Amino acid sequence: MTQAMPRKRKLPLKERYALLTRDLDWQPSYVGKEQLYPYTSYEGIKVHDWDGWSDPFRLTVDAYYKYQAEKDKRLYAVLDSFAQSQGHLALSDASYLNAIKLFIQGVTPLEYAAHRHFAYLARYLEGPAPRFAALCQSVDELRHAQTQIHTISNYNKYYGGFHSWSKMHDRVWYLSVPKSLFDDAMSAGPFEFLISISFSFEYLLTNLLFVPFMSGASFNGDMPTMSFGFSAQSDESRHMTLGLEAIKFLLEQDEANVPIIQGWIDKWFWRAYRMSALVAGMMDYMLPKPVMSWKEAFELYFEDQMLGGLFPDLDFYGIKPPRHVGDAIAEKDHLSHQVYKILHNFSFAAAFTTSTPTEEHSRWLASQYPDTYQQLYQPVWDRHRRIEAAGGRVFFQGLPQLCQVCQIPMAFTETDDPARISFRRSDYRGETFHTCSNGCQWVFEREPEKYVQAWLPVHQIYQGHCGGPTVPDVLAWYGIQDGDNGEYQGSPDARSWADWHASNPSPAPER
Amino acid sequence: MSEQATSGPQATPSPQATPSTRRQVGIDLQDAEENRALVDAIRADNPELTIRHLPGLLKLQAAGRMVINRETVEGKLGREWDTGEFQLALVSYAGNFSEWDDDQIIVSWEH
Repeated sequence: MTQAMPRKRKLPLKERYALLTRDLDWQPSYVGKEQLYPYTSYEGIKVHDWDGWSDPFRLTVDAYYKYQAEKDKRLYAVLDSFAQSQGHLALSDASYLNAIKLFIQGVTPLEYAAHRHFAYLARYLEGPAPRFAALCQSVDELRHAQTQIHTISNYNKYYGGFHSWSKMHDRVWYLSVPKSLFDDAMSAGPFEFLISISFSFEYLLTNLLFVPFMSGASFNGDMPTMSFGFSAQSDESRHMTLGLEAIKFLLEQDEANVPIIQGWIDKWFWRAYRMSALVAGMMDYMLPKPVMSWKEAFELYFEDQMLGGLFPDLDFYGIKPPRHVGDAIAEKDHLSHQVYKILHNFSFAAAFTTSTPTEEHSRWLASQYPDTYQQLYQPVWDRHRRIEAAGGRVFFQGLPQLCQVCQIPMAFTETDDPARISFRRSDYRGETFHTCSNGCQWVFEREPEKYVQAWLPVHQIYQGHCGGPTVPDVLAWYGIQDGDNGEYQGSPDARSWADWHASNPSPAPER
Repeated sequence: MSEQATSGPQATPSPQATPSTRRQVGIDLQDAEENRALVDAIRADNPELTIRHLPGLLKLQAAGRMVINRETVEGKLGREWDTGEFQLALVSYAGNFSEWDDDQIIVSWEH
């Protein structure tokens, strides 16, 4: 090993961080603390010493901009070379892009929502250290939204389904699943938001929500998505730390905080887990080259790392694993199949396409799900394949009932009986509300006055708020163009792909 | 897909069944040329390390604790290295950053 060169003298990291997050704060003189920070008491959380908060990353302004600039530089170099080399032609298959359509429609708008809400926390949290961490995260989230839009816009030149994601996020039925989750979090108090987004979403489940998209991108030739994903994930690690720091800080401040936080963990684990059902369907069915099954990812990232690693640490503070976690474990062999059946049945009204898994893909699914696939799900796909071989294609006629909480069509089965649809009903103020699971029913009954206000896409269509009474009316209002939706085989994307890879291809025109 | 088999997923654990020194901590790094020296350094300082390859990713795991020393990284890299640069390589982690100063980064479980 070579002799280390003497390093440039500068203040140690600990001191620089302390100067930023302690010495730059001030006490208000002409308004009271309650006027300056009006939102930090009504949730019942008690904080005695905001200086107890410390960011393990000890991030300072100069370091933040230096590293973020370097991350952007690396990402945009990849984007340029991919676009210049017609990299989209080297994807595993054009059908892979369905996963990326789901991403920009469902996830990118959440990044922007997070940007907005962390800006709010950066103003209204009382401690200077959490305010600065929230400020960095707010800027991060804006960067994520922008880099995702820039990255994916390259595909919009050649493929359908990418053109109106922002409008779609606000209107389309399956996108109300992620949108309503974030609306739920943003309309909660600042501490509940920290537990919902920073802890449950970013720490507990980020690896299940984001990393599968990135590994899927890597495996299917999508360099740009992999690059923005990992570029964003390096920020996510900081966000995970914020979530973990938030929960430990609040638990250490006052014992009375423990039951409040346990309730939020119970609620937000289930909310975020239910949303991840869309990712489960994507991982197991939308990647032409699958990376890892939902079940394996759930076991590795959630059961192993979180239940096995994190929760024993939190037990020290009196925090138990989330209520209903047993239901999530019990359905890991079923979740992705049931979700993709929904997407396959209703993709005539989606801004992506679906198709029956090939026999090769079916064999992979059977190997990943030895206890359930061949018994319960393969027969469904075999039947679809027979119908399609005769020139047909089954789409579900009619609109599904949606869960009042997670807003996913009510198609999940009982955890102990895969032949029976899980169907819960609750009464509130003389009306009946339906939920898809014990978890969603529990969430509903905890705050019914909140969830009765849910904007349920199917109800909205029936109430006449979505462009008109017919399917074409609704699709036009959704912003879905002909060819964005339906079956992948024979779709405009599939035809272009075949043409570009024919022995005498015509040059790929921009759409 | 995996270079070394990792321990199988655990059944629903009873909290504190496993002490913090035995529970796995993990660091996921981008599988990139510029991170080779960093991985070599982590391997040198954490002899019990397991490394699993996933597409685009290296998943590093160790029981209880993982340490990254600036001096070891600089030795492998042949240049000065700020611990802050670790942010450029990091994708995800499991554990807690119990130390992150100018010389050292430690990931561990605390309780």
